[in-house]
Amino acid sequence: MSERLAVRKTYKLWIGGAFVRSESGRHDRAGDFNIPRASRKDVRDAVAAARKAFGPWSARTAYNRGQILYRAAEALESRASDLGEPREVEQAIDVLLHYAGWTDKIAPVLGGVNPVAAPFLSFSLPEPTGVVGVIAPDAPPLLGLVAEIAPALAAGNTVVAILSDTAPLGGLDLAEALGVSDVPGGVVNLLSGRRSELAPALGAHRDLNAIVDASGDADLGAELDRLASETIKRTRHGAAATTYDEAVADALSRLESVTELKTAWHPIGA
Amino acid sequence: MDVRTSIVWDYAPAPESTDHVRLRDDYGLFIGGEFRAPQDGRREPTINPATEQPIAQIAYAGEADLRAAIDAARAAQPAWAALPGRERAKYLFRIARLIQERARELAVVETMDGGKPLRESRDIDIPLAAAHFFHYAGWADKLSYGVGGRAVAPMGVVGQIVPWNFPLLMAAWKLAPALACGNTAILKPAETTPLTALLLAEICQEAELPPGVVAILPGDGVTGAALVRSEGIDKLAFTGSTAVGRDIQAALAGREVGLTLELGGKSANIVFEDAAIDQAVEGIVNGIFFNQGHVCCAGSRLFIQESVADEVTSKLWDRMGRLRVGDPLDKNTDVGAINSAEQLQRIEALVSAGEQEGAVRRSIACDVPDRGYWFAPTLFTDVSPAHRVAVEEIFGPVVSVLTFRTQAEAIEKANNSRYGLAAGIWTDKGAKAFEVASALQAGVVWQNTYNHFDPTAAFGGYKESGFGREGGPAGLRPYLRVS
Amino acid sequence: MIRRLPHVDRVGIEERAATLGKRSIKTTAKQQGIRLAVSMLDLTTLEGADTPGKVRHLCSKAVCPAPDMPEIPSCAAVCVYPAMAGVAASALAGTGVKTAAVATGFPSGQVSLDVKLRETEDAVQMGADEIDMVISREAFLAGDDARVQEEIVRVREACGDAHLKVILETAELGSYDHIRHASMLSMEAGAEFIKTSTGKASSGATPGVCLVMLEAIRDYAHRTGRQVGFKAAGGVSTSKAALHRLVLVKETLGDAWLTPDLLRIGASSVLNDLLMQYAKTETGRYGRSEDFSKE
Repeated sequence: MSERLAVRKTYKLWIGGAFVRSESGRHDRAGDFNIPRASRKDVRDAVAAARKAFGPWSARTAYNRGQILYRAAEALESRASDLGEPREVEQAIDVLLHYAGWTDKIAPVLGGVNPVAAPFLSFSLPEPTGVVGVIAPDAPPLLGLVAEIAPALAAGNTVVAILSDTAPLGGLDLAEALGVSDVPGGVVNLLSGRRSELAPALGAHRDLNAIVDASGDADLGAELDRLASETIKRTRHGAAATTYDEAVADALSRLESVTELKTAWHPIGA
Repeated sequence: MDVRTSIVWDYAPAPESTDHVRLRDDYGLFIGGEFRAPQDGRREPTINPATEQPIAQIAYAGEADLRAAIDAARAAQPAWAALPGRERAKYLFRIARLIQERARELAVVETMDGGKPLRESRDIDIPLAAAHFFHYAGWADKLSYGVGGRAVAPMGVVGQIVPWNFPLLMAAWKLAPALACGNTAILKPAETTPLTALLLAEICQEAELPPGVVAILPGDGVTGAALVRSEGIDKLAFTGSTAVGRDIQAALAGREVGLTLELGGKSANIVFEDAAIDQAVEGIVNGIFFNQGHVCCAGSRLFIQESVADEVTSKLWDRMGRLRVGDPLDKNTDVGAINSAEQLQRIEALVSAGEQEGAVRRSIACDVPDRGYWFAPTLFTDVSPAHRVAVEEIFGPVVSVLTFRTQAEAIEKANNSRYGLAAGIWTDKGAKAFEVASALQAGVVWQNTYNHFDPTAAFGGYKESGFGREGGPAGLRPYLRVS
Repeated sequence: MIRRLPHVDRVGIEERAATLGKRSIKTTAKQQGIRLAVSMLDLTTLEGADTPGKVRHLCSKAVCPAPDMPEIPSCAAVCVYPAMAGVAASALAGTGVKTAAVATGFPSGQVSLDVKLRETEDAVQMGADEIDMVISREAFLAGDDARVQEEIVRVREACGDAHLKVILETAELGSYDHIRHASMLSMEAGAEFIKTSTGKASSGATPGVCLVMLEAIRDYAHRTGRQVGFKAAGGVSTSKAALHRLVLVKETLGDAWLTPDLLRIGASSVLNDLLMQYAKTETGRYGRSEDFSKE
């Protein structure tokens, strides 16, 4: 009885809800696997997809976004053994759940009514900033990535993330799990490749609203800040979350960094 | 070929199927994570008010049963509170999910047990119940954020008494925040509508909720009073009539038991001349005929600005004529059965009083089945503010129309009530809507809509409509000790 | 004259329209509803590529939509461009199915009033029983209600004995307030029917749009005693959508409007879906497109 030959995995980029090879055709090795080496054009395509998805995603009710993120957690839970080291995966799922529960709570916590000294109803509402670029940390590969993208999604943004170039598989597996959830195409876009090439390309893209950098690389951070200044992008630099507690302890700061506050005034008086 | 103009078109009966519903003949009390026979309680049938037929036998909790439930809740509470918030959250997410998965079954049972149209239980009650569990699941690990950053601890064991008008939804409004905050709970569903609470108990089992965290104890007013009197609860939440609310508040006098009350109302629905009139008429209908008017925040006092009073009343009457009253399980029914014979008598008595007082009554003509409890949607005009039908809560499909000349008069009349639960304002002018909203003594003000509910939007009354809020971060507050 | 727009609350009216979409139309009600809907169809072809052959096929289908289901009635009308009005009128002669022609520079209306009147007269002369005109959105959006109405009055005169349907092109008007206002203007100017759309714009007879116009018709009838008809065109492509529109009419205007004399649906592809759904109620089988002729 001969051994059964396995069907090998092909990893792809996840852009606009589709699994695609890099337009450049290049690849890298990650362990036993060939993985795509994304290019600047892939970054361009990902940002376009994220921008297109932003309108519908942000127009959904907060409740609906929470439901979708909850179901994404279901998708991860049922594929937990594919996603990496069990303790890390469990925590990543719980982080996603934590932020799924934030969607309809950001407004009461960050927003409010302003008691202005004139006969107006004035209120301030947090709104998503738009398309958020994420530079994922090297470790932990899955938890660190989820900690950076979940807050952005919960707040109603769409995301383009550059995966760690030393440990991309967690992110590529995450793409596959999310691909069978209800997350609409283009809301999350995950690219593997060389961070040194892709992060500046993302940071320079004029149609990006914010950059969340967890690379831990100070020089890259400074370069991203300089690039951000061209279009006044919002930036956040932070150390990678290595545990569930670290990923949620500063939840409000993470959410604030990807929201705008809109203040409206309306007269009170017939 | 030319059969064009001879077709008369009406809706065929569209009964929801009930064959997927799995009900037991007999339900025990849900204590310590299992269904148990009552020790000293009795059994009573629960009736379908549309047919007067019994659906199942229900155990009522006696004093010994209550004691057992409180002991189990007390025993389970420390471990439940000690769980990290994210773990409590996951239990609540499971419950929410299970409600969604069993949604159709729950909707059918809710309709059979209480009489409300299937369209309402299917489209409003059940989805909102799931949404409440989802919303509060998400607070379980974020409690401090909900109370301005203060440190929190649960109250402990909470007693919760819910009414018959939104049985599962009210159970969700009570249990979800209580559990999220680390309390254990004893829920007493209403006498006439225990079934969906008992199915919720099964859902708690399916969710593997630790035994003792939730107890479901059906019973009557005596059971409720025993729960209020009992030693060993740290907080009581009650939704029901103002009369019973008063008794409860008196019974808890001098005791260290937290209390929230969500009571009756006689809410003012105010239509200004610059309203979008057709949508206002729709809103009036939603405000008082939704759920047969069995709604604490029902817009039962309709105030119409004089300049449009005839037009609005006439359109309202025409619109009422299109309401379909009948079998609640028919998907096209708009107005279902009155919940019980007692409630029907109460409505009839007050309507009769209204006629005697001199208000002009019109009720729509409708064909209803021979059995069952029914009341035709009714409009009273020529109502004076002193009439009983303008002052007392009828809790039925009856709207009283009064008029006003100016905004100030509308506000004064609307506020001239012992109640203060809700109000509606219909005007196309935003500035006016906000000004009137600021002036009304009501806990919920709907502008250009009515009877909209959301887990994030706090709900509760002013004055004798109660105190405490349910929904949003405010809904956490009654279930926490905050430093 | 400064225009005074009526108030329509969009959230409220869309909720009502959506709730009415939840009416459960089953068994006999579904069959009757489908037959009613077929009887109200203005089977339409408005393409640059329309030829006499194509129009004749469509007319044949309108007269007898389903030869093997004789209880299915004829459609109400066939709707074509003026150049094809003569072909349609000949093909439909003696069948009871009306010839409707679009006119007045359909769909944009961006031509002079003289051209609009001439086109109307030509179509009527060639045999059109009904004229579907477009209001001047250019005048409406500029706030010139008097000119909008004047054009309708003049076209109505040019129609002679033909009936006039006035198309509002709701997608271009801006808001429900504007749609209700345009409905009133058109009825006051003498429209026999008011119609939602040309079918050539981004959206047509959505449930909310239909409800706005139906409420206007109801209030106008109440005020003047004159019953104006309603035609839903654009976006009614499934049986479910057609039945939803019937429900909106029934519960807003009542059963009196459920006749082709006061209610039309302008569409083409919905007919086969109606036939397919009807067949399913008879046979219990889900159908396929080959089960019915494509004209």
